[in-house]
Amino acid sequence: MVSLTINGTVHQVDAEPDTPLLWVIREQVGLTGTKYGCGVAQCGACTVHVDGVATRSCSLPISAVTSEQKIVTIEGLSPDTSHPLQKAWLELDVPQCGYCQTGQIMAAAALLQANPNPSDDDILAEMTNICRCGTYNRIKAAIKLAASENRG
Amino acid sequence: MPAALDVSRRSFLVGSAAAAGGLALGFNIPFAGDALAQSAPEINAWVIVRPDETVVVRVGRVEMGQGTLTGLAQLVAEELECDWAKVTTEYPTPGQNVARSRVWGNFQTAGSRGVRDSHDYMRKGGAAARQMLIQAAANGWGVPAGECTVAKGVITHSPSGRTTTYGKVSEAASKLEAPKDVQLKDPKDWTIAGKPVKRIDTAEKLNGSQIYSIDVKRPGMLNAAIKACPVFGGKLKSFDAAPVQGMPGVKKVVTVGDNAVAVVADTWWRAKTALDALTIEWDGGANAALSSESIDQMLKEGLAAEQAFVGNQAGDIKAAIAGAAKKVEADYGFPYQHHATMEPMNATALWTNERCEVWTATQNAEAALATAVAASGLSIDKCDVYRQNLGGGFGRRATSHDYVRQAVLIAKEMPGTPVKLIWSREEDMLHGHYHPITQARMVGALDADGNLTGLRMRISGQSILAGVNPQGLQNGRDPATFQGLNPGGTEGVLGYTIPNLLIDHAMRNPPIPPGFWRGVNNNQNALYLECFMDELAHAAGKDPLEFRRKLLVNHPKHLAVLNAVAEKAGWDTPAPQGIYRGLAQHMGYGSYVAACAEVSVGDNGVLKIHRIVAATDCGHAVNPQQIAAQIEGSFVYGLTALLYGEITLKDGKVEQENFDSYQMMRMDEMPAVESIVMPSGDFWGGVGEPTIFVAAPAVLNAIFAATGKRVRSGPLTKADLRRA
Repeated sequence: MVSLTINGTVHQVDAEPDTPLLWVIREQVGLTGTKYGCGVAQCGACTVHVDGVATRSCSLPISAVTSEQKIVTIEGLSPDTSHPLQKAWLELDVPQCGYCQTGQIMAAAALLQANPNPSDDDILAEMTNICRCGTYNRIKAAIKLAASENRG
Repeated sequence: MPAALDVSRRSFLVGSAAAAGGLALGFNIPFAGDALAQSAPEINAWVIVRPDETVVVRVGRVEMGQGTLTGLAQLVAEELECDWAKVTTEYPTPGQNVARSRVWGNFQTAGSRGVRDSHDYMRKGGAAARQMLIQAAANGWGVPAGECTVAKGVITHSPSGRTTTYGKVSEAASKLEAPKDVQLKDPKDWTIAGKPVKRIDTAEKLNGSQIYSIDVKRPGMLNAAIKACPVFGGKLKSFDAAPVQGMPGVKKVVTVGDNAVAVVADTWWRAKTALDALTIEWDGGANAALSSESIDQMLKEGLAAEQAFVGNQAGDIKAAIAGAAKKVEADYGFPYQHHATMEPMNATALWTNERCEVWTATQNAEAALATAVAASGLSIDKCDVYRQNLGGGFGRRATSHDYVRQAVLIAKEMPGTPVKLIWSREEDMLHGHYHPITQARMVGALDADGNLTGLRMRISGQSILAGVNPQGLQNGRDPATFQGLNPGGTEGVLGYTIPNLLIDHAMRNPPIPPGFWRGVNNNQNALYLECFMDELAHAAGKDPLEFRRKLLVNHPKHLAVLNAVAEKAGWDTPAPQGIYRGLAQHMGYGSYVAACAEVSVGDNGVLKIHRIVAATDCGHAVNPQQIAAQIEGSFVYGLTALLYGEITLKDGKVEQENFDSYQMMRMDEMPAVESIVMPSGDFWGGVGEPTIFVAAPAVLNAIFAATGKRVRSGPLTKADLRRA
């Protein structure tokens, strides 16, 4: 059994040490907001926070995570979809199919945590997740809206 | 969020009996067996009003990101006169549709048809329900219905001032006979439809609560990973299951059909881990030597072949070319593309010898049901498909439900246990139904004054219909090959009037499964034609806008969108230093589209796409802000194909296996997109696809303006864009 702290709760999970964090979150813990897209850390649909850092969980074996490290998934970002990014996403109707959006929001949340007032270039440098529906411009606008709300 | 209805065996039989005496268009006998109907009976097939005033709109089409659920709900709500804030949606199942004489019509969600082919019956469904609800209130008061009005679901008897609500009279309304005739609103009076309202399905996409097909959980469910023969048409030869039998969580190793093997385990990761440990031998068969080079030779032969299917012709093209003052020639190409939906193919199936149920993401649940029926060995009344949210469709989930077939075959090996099959990204990329490969040979004839007197366009390459629906061929000819190049009709008309014209297709079908890929054949047709028009304009010494305008004079709607982008982009004024512009226009799926791209190309050959101005005339615009979203998104899809998209083959197998070898456009490459939604009002055109057509040609024409180089085939990663 492996011990993981996810969204503030300690979970004892039955999984082999080389199992990617993504699949433990989805299958053993049962939180399906974190998505599988590629399995090779290319698309970012599986993005979660590990100690506040945006991490592609499909390529992180659970053996590399200690029970003290704080893992946050989209389900733990805010208790009631009230994170400034979630509000901005709603305001600008960002998602289309929505599949990549939880990973996009987690990537953006880590960005704003580290850099509350990002420039366009800062956003482009950090936001490398793939969206096949093509919501990039609305994602960028929503990040800027959330940043400005934070300042306000 | 749409919830799939659970239909019990009893309700299925009741529904079947009721349907026999029902009428078309949703005005038949209410489906007494519906789970929801027990608390709130349906007014008709489209509308349920619950006692708490929630209005449930049933939708046959499916949401895959394009906003169709919201758009169709707007149209129903508009006629129903209900409170928009209380509207939600629900998917009926294909089994229910079959049982009710297809009361919800065609479930297929493709060809940008979500709204344009559904608006009439959906609006009538809303209007009929409104009449019945008002009549029920009037009956209760003992007054004529003509004295009653409704606004936001509140019915008022004007003379007495009495009021009631839809939720209070819905049960009484459900017992009334459906009206024989309904009057629809004039779109100029719309207050919900035609407005940029917010989508109704956003909130659950922001916190992880939206359940996609890949997230389905069933009691006692197991998971499966699969590998099919990587060579198209090849077979499974042998495998040794012994080494994986004792691996953690593994339940069973299963042969799937004649070409695949799957591992069933308690978790998907354990199933995949065991699958990767299997030693599998494949028999590649007849296609084991197939390569991109051999396919290229096949198409090159077609460029010059004698025989071809004609798509559009006028005058005498041979004479026009022979008599030309100037002849312009160029060959173009468009490689295979993969859909690469963000959610890989998957389906959950539960099979017993009495019933087969499937939970999956599909653009055509009736086709998914037919696939499940065939694979299950059961009759159609014992099968059903519960539609789940799609993590992208783009055509991949429209025609081939290979993943459903596999899931059912695996579930048959585990009777009574639900099994979820998920394709790895690699499996998804190796077993696509790819946008077909084509090439084109273009010849233009100019007279001494630079007028276009003749155009010869020979398309050589793969037919989608020949692969997915051979019955749709017309004496061997695939009419869809000529999308956007047709002489007439309402789908996609060639806008240019050219006195001597021949457009034909030498069908050459490599043994690669083709599929409908967002925009379909319009993609390459627009690229071939619009880039070549640019070449012709330059050969004639004319401005590309003026050259097109003259030829579009008989097609004012084509001309109007082109003029709109030219004006907004400032075509008549110089571009900023180092920025170059390109134009394109096209018509498809009933809509008229145009784009002006602005690009720069550095001395090192690095391309930057700065800005796209795009216009669409889709006739009626049900939700302008969602149309703008489709325009933005279609450019990402189209430009990804131009920048990176190419599926290549070696030894009968696709060479690209994941996003590291099949690159996607990302945010840092995204241009600003300025949308012009200009509905001219007397027709219904599609919006999910059309602007994709003009993405690549507008950018390629801008690249020529910047560099003097003509790139005639993607992807641009292969092109040297440094100035000559």
